[in-house]
Amino acid sequence: MASQSAKAIVELRNVGKSFGTVLALKDVSFDVYPGEVHCLLGDNGAGKSTLIKILAGVHRASSGDYLIDGEPAEINSPRHALDAGIATVYQDLAMVPLMSITRNFFMGRELTKGWGPFCRFDVARADGIVVKELAQIGIDLRDPAQAVGTLSGGERQCVAIARAVHFGARVLILDEPTSALGVHQAAIVLKYVAQARQRGLGVVFISHNIHHAYAVADRFTLLNRGSSKGTFMRSAISRDEVLQAMAGGEDMQRIQAEIGKIGGGENVADPGGIDRGPQA
Amino acid sequence: MTELVSEKAVTPKGMGSDTARLRKPSAIARLLHRPELGALSGVILVYVVFYALAADSGMFSLSGLVNIFQVSAEIGILAVAAALLMIAGEFDLSMGSMIGFAGVTIGLCATTFNLSLPLSIAIAFSLCLAIGAANGWLTVKTGLPSFIVTLASLLVLRGLAIAVTRLLNGYTQISNITASDPDGFVVSLFSGRVGHPLFVWMAEHGWIDKKLDGTPGVDGLPASIVWWIALTGLATWVLLRTRFGNWIFAVGGDDKAARNMGVPVNRVKVILFMLTALSAAVFAAIQVFEVGSADTLRGTQKEFDAIIAVVIGGTLLTGGYGSAVGAFLGALIYGTVQIGIFYTGIDTDWFKVFLGLMVLAAVLFNNFVRRRATLAR
Repeated sequence: MASQSAKAIVELRNVGKSFGTVLALKDVSFDVYPGEVHCLLGDNGAGKSTLIKILAGVHRASSGDYLIDGEPAEINSPRHALDAGIATVYQDLAMVPLMSITRNFFMGRELTKGWGPFCRFDVARADGIVVKELAQIGIDLRDPAQAVGTLSGGERQCVAIARAVHFGARVLILDEPTSALGVHQAAIVLKYVAQARQRGLGVVFISHNIHHAYAVADRFTLLNRGSSKGTFMRSAISRDEVLQAMAGGEDMQRIQAEIGKIGGGENVADPGGIDRGPQA
Repeated sequence: MTELVSEKAVTPKGMGSDTARLRKPSAIARLLHRPELGALSGVILVYVVFYALAADSGMFSLSGLVNIFQVSAEIGILAVAAALLMIAGEFDLSMGSMIGFAGVTIGLCATTFNLSLPLSIAIAFSLCLAIGAANGWLTVKTGLPSFIVTLASLLVLRGLAIAVTRLLNGYTQISNITASDPDGFVVSLFSGRVGHPLFVWMAEHGWIDKKLDGTPGVDGLPASIVWWIALTGLATWVLLRTRFGNWIFAVGGDDKAARNMGVPVNRVKVILFMLTALSAAVFAAIQVFEVGSADTLRGTQKEFDAIIAVVIGGTLLTGGYGSAVGAFLGALIYGTVQIGIFYTGIDTDWFKVFLGLMVLAAVLFNNFVRRRATLAR
């Protein structure tokens, strides 16, 4: 849980972002503490992607401040963000299915040994690290040289996260890590997210799925049409309230009512009728 | 390596893969997942078939085999570079024209401009590298398919070679290129015979055929074969054991993912285009010094021969998967069938028919192998 005494690893203070005349974000504040999962919720187009891209260094905020460990920071590129320990795992995972797990794990950051023209990729040591890192998160590899395409979706997501952690991430930004997964696979990922929190990492968790979000999040920040609807501790907000915020609140109620009229009206009185949650 | 994690204690139950742990896959199981498997079986098949059809024809004599390897080597030198580029997801159709261009550049420099052979070679190689870099730069900057970009350079280079040569020389052929220094270092570098004493020694002991005067029937291994083997070895090492090799696979597998992970995608591609151009220049130098002349039409359609060898060798046309050894074996199959068909007595008109069917069979087989490779083991 976020302790009030600790400093936020990353903090955005009153940031705004406009693309030409389109205002994607206005006056949003967001922070992550070590050892917490901060869940970012909002409908499509609410500004979640813009916010995480500012965190990841892909975009620069048009206004407002970016702070790391309480100090103002200049983050101009994804490389800067990575160097500061802010790693983003995008939905496409940045993995090549036909390449081996080891090759994917070290893609762009290959371990080398030797010197000059004899500098080579230290495959044996890299394999060892991959097997060890994945064993820690409970993926039992028979052969680190097997193609990533042979892993299940949840395992792939975990490998992508393990890679970010191994290369020194202090903050993990997970962009809808469970959206494409089945129940069992999603559970694997959620357990791993909880483990990462245990190890003191700050996790920014973007999700459409209330059950997944509520299962691991310590705090929620709700975005709606580019502005923040506030940040809440999990204890201060109920599952239904979160759902309301995610689904667009009144919009969803109106639609419910309309559906009720068409279908005979039984659902109108039952707010739990949509509790199964819109899946992405 | 896997023994490190055999303690179940560190593995929280119910997480990760649910499958039971198995032993490390056997060597055979690993071979079955290699991209070269199709080409290796192809080589064995081709040699079994030709042995059955033409065992006594001289095809399997030393000179017959050296002849086959020499033809394979020329395609193989191109195929190795083409394989690296194709694994990175791009094509170079200008390789054939580049051969003609490099050949006449060497020829014009050495004859019309009276430059020394080493300098002529250096100029031709530098020009080819620059053109290769231009191919790569245009491809990565415009985002056009390399198929189109290099199709343009295929035409431009061939046209340039013919036009400039005729303009300067009056003819489209250049002869007596090595006249200034017929036994010089560069000539033997590209067209020499390696291991002559060994072949003499073997002939003296009656292990290989002799000519009537007692000299060996084959007076050494042609340099092209040495180039072929050395370049294949180097490319294999780069692909499997270097940082750059990992980048090649990453760029061809998913260039967006590679870029996100900090791989310099454009640089990798430009370097590989330069390598295909360089391999065409090596091919041209070998041909020029083997026969002592250059012709603007040399290398016509060699780009397809190279691509055929690469595809037979198990490299995925869309990139991200393949091997240099596969390209080596693909070139060997190509050379063996092309030359071997003479010995069988079958009308050589059928060569292209065999080749076409073989490409189709190879691609189907390789698809099957690759599907297995990406299934759980």
